[in-house]
Amino acid sequence: MSAAVFYLTAAIAIASTAMVIFSRNAVHALLYLIVSLLSVAVIFYQYGAPFAAALEVIVYAGAIMVLMIFVIMMLNQGDAAVVQEKEWLQPRGWLGPALLSSVLLLQLIVLLFSGQGETTEALHYVGPKEVGIALFSHYILAVELASMLLLAGLVGAFHLARQKRAESPEVPHAD
Amino acid sequence: MTAPAWITLLNIFGVLIAAVLLAALLTWGERRLLGFWQDRPGPNRVGPFGLLQVVADMIKLFFKEDFVPRFADIPVFILAPTVVMATMLLGFVVIPVSPTIGVIDLNIGLLFILAMSSMAVYSVILGGYASNNKYALLGGLRAAAQTVSYEVFMGLSLMGVVMLAGSFNLREIVQAQESGWYILPQFIGFFVFFIAGIAESHRLPFDLPEAEHELTAGFHTEYSGMKFGMFFVGEYLSVILISALITTLFLGGWLGPWLPPVVWFALKTGLLVMLFVLLRAAIPRPRYDQLMQFGWKVMLPLSLLNLLATAGVLLWIG
Repeated sequence: MSAAVFYLTAAIAIASTAMVIFSRNAVHALLYLIVSLLSVAVIFYQYGAPFAAALEVIVYAGAIMVLMIFVIMMLNQGDAAVVQEKEWLQPRGWLGPALLSSVLLLQLIVLLFSGQGETTEALHYVGPKEVGIALFSHYILAVELASMLLLAGLVGAFHLARQKRAESPEVPHAD
Repeated sequence: MTAPAWITLLNIFGVLIAAVLLAALLTWGERRLLGFWQDRPGPNRVGPFGLLQVVADMIKLFFKEDFVPRFADIPVFILAPTVVMATMLLGFVVIPVSPTIGVIDLNIGLLFILAMSSMAVYSVILGGYASNNKYALLGGLRAAAQTVSYEVFMGLSLMGVVMLAGSFNLREIVQAQESGWYILPQFIGFFVFFIAGIAESHRLPFDLPEAEHELTAGFHTEYSGMKFGMFFVGEYLSVILISALITTLFLGGWLGPWLPPVVWFALKTGLLVMLFVLLRAAIPRPRYDQLMQFGWKVMLPLSLLNLLATAGVLLWIG
């Protein structure tokens, strides 16, 4: 039962990720990406990491993808972009990289079937508490660095947005 | 998990059907209550107290032409209204209605509901995008910005409750309130969550994504028939879901003397739904920039301070 669920979800993840690459409409591609993220969340949940699954949905599918769709909506590309995308997806462009990465895929499959990979059965349950303890003990440096990076990004974004605003009241003064 | 299959099935269908029926009934209830508060009768002609107005509206919606504009992005246009219904109904599965009623007992129940409410945003955004209409697009843009910002402290405001109860499991949170409802120690959390809940379900006064005085009908301008009906019922579902969640987290869920647990749960949830309607009747819309400023400059610091204070007190007590 759980193996069937896993393979089904994994198949959905792979198929939807392929559709992300192949669909010509940017919003459709993003929708497939959301499906892919959701199926990865299901796999996380199934293998004993419910907290990671919930965060995957809330942060990636719920927040980051919303912002991406927001930006694409602002651009409001329409049919012209689809035509342009069609021109970009010529076989000449993707044949080389696709061949090289299919060799990598073959290697991966051979490795998996030769039994060198870890088995997934031995995984144990990781609840919210374990994630929190790991984040604030073993990974505390990474957490602090990430928070500094985010703060710098926030301050930078604030600065960029503020300059525009400071300029606009001067226009009526000039008149 | 040990319950027989028929009880599980009864729970699933009971909770979901009750949620949809209540949402449909709320379309009538809200208009009656609004009428009462605004000193006018409201829909009172069809059936006793106008109760059959719901049926009349439903028949009307079913027989309307289900129009899909030819300039729309058709698959996305059809997908959009189903998202809000599906995510809101999924949200109900973790709500513990009483000690024995409740579909599933997830140990990340609270996060699950937050995840579902963040997925529900897509309904409005995609509806606005796929309609390929200026007003709908503006409504969708507003919805995206509004929900993403209010989601931030919607989650943060609940973390105080999680800290007090020591669990994300909604059932355990209710049981932890035996000694006292969390609305008292977490009043700021309750306040922030209630306002964020209104913004998340984009109800008046925060219904700027569909503000009819400036955007005709916002994101659902192009929708008609049952597709519009699904947006509509989805909105009422989210009102009930937010009310049920506030009941569970801050008002002690099914806990209460004398009456059976289900009745207590229904009473508290009903009261909160009425509060939602009263707010709609009483408070005018803010301007869009005021809404965003209020969110980031008042609500976010408030919920962060609440989080800090709760953590500090908990550490101090031991």
